[in-house]
Amino acid sequence: MTDEIRKIIEAHARLSVDVGTLSENDDLYQAGMTSHASVNVMLALEDHFDVEFPDSMLRRSVFESIAAIASALGELHPEPSA
Amino acid sequence: MALRVGIDLVSITSVQESLRLHATRYLQRVFTEAEVRDCQTDNGIDPERLATRFAAKEATLKVLRPSKDDAVPWNTIEVRRDPAGWVRLHLSGSAAALADSTGITELAVSLTREKDFASAVVIAECPIEIDATSR
Repeated sequence: MTDEIRKIIEAHARLSVDVGTLSENDDLYQAGMTSHASVNVMLALEDHFDVEFPDSMLRRSVFESIAAIASALGELHPEPSA
Repeated sequence: MALRVGIDLVSITSVQESLRLHATRYLQRVFTEAEVRDCQTDNGIDPERLATRFAAKEATLKVLRPSKDDAVPWNTIEVRRDPAGWVRLHLSGSAAALADSTGITELAVSLTREKDFASAVVIAECPIEIDATSR
């Protein structure tokens, strides 16, 4: 999942650095993602993973890192239990 | 009273990309129906007007100072156009609640745009004792 998230960030976040240089916990806003770019990232994540972030998840903290995004997607799309 | 100010700059190209890629979903998630109507022209939705309104929303958030765990959907901050041409802000839902919690009752906004960029500035008064706390 994190590879897919990285690709989406690379395509839409308009970072000032190469997304490949970021750790999963690096701050995407510090890396150059603007507020409007975060809108495009959100919509692209929704398209790709077929989810919708509810209003309660429209928080800066949800989109601030690859790990945070993965965690949020995990809440929206939990893995089926074995 | 203390003064708070917020400013934001938005790339109009970025807004055009959002319209191209996500169209209706983008408009519905970020703007109110009234805002979308205000941005309609004979040639379709004007990305410049959308960009100024997005800048106003972000500038407002800078005044309201939500924590990174506060959820404030963009469409709870609405730019309303007066028939005489100027604009004002209307808050609802979580944006209104945030303003209430900080004692902000009046916000003023101004929009501008040139070439590829749109900008907005928002100012508000806030009780000094609230401004001095963590928000």
